[in-house]
Amino acid sequence: MQYMLLIAANEADEQQIPDAEMMQVIAAYGAYSEALMQAGVLVSGERLRESTSATTVRVREGKTMVLDGPYAEAKEQLGGFYIIDVADLDAAMHWAARCPGAAYGSIEVRPVWPSENMPGDECTAAA
Amino acid sequence: MHGSSLVASSEAARVAEAAVRSSYGRLLAILSARSHDVAWAEDALSTAFESALQHWPQTGIPAKPEAWLLTVARRTMIDVVRQRQTQAAALPDLLLLSDELMEEVDSAAIPDQRLALMFACAHPAIDASMRAPLILQTILGLDAAAIASAFLVSPATMAQRLVRAKAKIRDSGIPLLVPDQSVIGERLYAITDAIYTIYTAGWADVTGAEGQANLADEAIWLADLLAALKPDEAESLGLLALMLYTESRRPARRDINGEYVPLTQQDTSLWDGQLIHAAEKILRRASALQQTGRYQLEAAIQSAHVARRISGQTDWPAIAQLYAQLMHITDSPVVAINHAIAVAETAGPQVALHMLPTVQAQPRLQNYQAYWAARAHLLRSAGELVLARQAYDVAIGLEPDITVRRFLQKQRVSLD
Repeated sequence: MQYMLLIAANEADEQQIPDAEMMQVIAAYGAYSEALMQAGVLVSGERLRESTSATTVRVREGKTMVLDGPYAEAKEQLGGFYIIDVADLDAAMHWAARCPGAAYGSIEVRPVWPSENMPGDECTAAA
Repeated sequence: MHGSSLVASSEAARVAEAAVRSSYGRLLAILSARSHDVAWAEDALSTAFESALQHWPQTGIPAKPEAWLLTVARRTMIDVVRQRQTQAAALPDLLLLSDELMEEVDSAAIPDQRLALMFACAHPAIDASMRAPLILQTILGLDAAAIASAFLVSPATMAQRLVRAKAKIRDSGIPLLVPDQSVIGERLYAITDAIYTIYTAGWADVTGAEGQANLADEAIWLADLLAALKPDEAESLGLLALMLYTESRRPARRDINGEYVPLTQQDTSLWDGQLIHAAEKILRRASALQQTGRYQLEAAIQSAHVARRISGQTDWPAIAQLYAQLMHITDSPVVAINHAIAVAETAGPQVALHMLPTVQAQPRLQNYQAYWAARAHLLRSAGELVLARQAYDVAIGLEPDITVRRFLQKQRVSLD
């Protein structure tokens, strides 16, 4: 089953982190991605730029509206994601708890809606 | 579903009903484990039970009623998939189910997967307040209305929450498996806590409307099942012992006029000796496993209270000591309050009053009846009559049970 791990954290707090410490966090993410790859569960994963760089687009009654900023104001902002392919929620939670972001932000674990031609719950071996 | 919906009009109907009672959870666990869809399995199982009620009176009871029910339920599930066969995604489910259907169904070989189902119901991803209702529905087959009345919500709300929780199990991939050894202790507490919640809901219902499912009995049945499925976990035994001790005192907690009788004043000859004996045996089995825990300590405290039956005296030093141990593993204010009450018996009310948590430190206690009743009791023993009266007033105001309220009022009046 595929899950998206949505990594949310307070950007203002993150900006307070000294450079040396930030390097460690980045290294931790590198190691984490490597571990996901080694386990054969990683489908994809990316870090996102700060939410201040976001542009939100909505179309209402044929009119395109563009907003400067993320779609929702919240205490924590989406900072990155992984998509993993594992057996069940326990395995997904296990990986979520090891994500470096879990220690300073929060990880939302969301099952990916299986596409129609994908055979049910069967795990496809991820590269 | 067991209960009034099935009218036992014949032997066949009676057997069908007995099969529901004893095998509902077993069959549902098996059907859910493969399909991963509890609601779908429930629908199929209820169709199978209806079918049994229709056919058995004519054809006679099959040699293996459980196997019969399982086969019909599986066929029903396959029919449902066939109806949605346009969806390619349904195909693997169908193949799996067909494979199962081909296997010779032998009820002697029907595996017991109820423990796995209980772990799914009490999964950390399921809202804590829904774990007990889910267990009642899936393991015992209770309907939403019966569960709703025990948890003081409307039947419609409970039905909706149950549907949502089952969808969560299906959609989020909550495993229908017994978790591995590294997390099993913690996960088991989620189950024992849910069962104890069911028990306390049953215990609180003193009057117990006739014909309604007795939740205290259901909880004991579940704890007994858990202890049978997980006999190597001392806490599942501890939970069962605790509930049996408590249950043994049920006949003594109200007098012949229906008035509340506090534990220390209960007539010990009314306590159920058989239940006490069973509890003692189970608690000894738990201690032999040498894994201490909350429920075993709570059961040991009950055992010390019960000692009054033989010795004529409550073993307060032992009780105070056990509560002190319990304080190490839980920060529950309820434990702190009971600890203080036990200490009052051994070291006097002044010491106990100092140990009682304060409302300043724990604002939640402001609306907690047992806190004010304990405080009033200790202040009274310490001779602080003005403060005791005030505490009794708060306790009386917070108590929903009229008989307990009357008891507290009597205590308060005796101070004047």
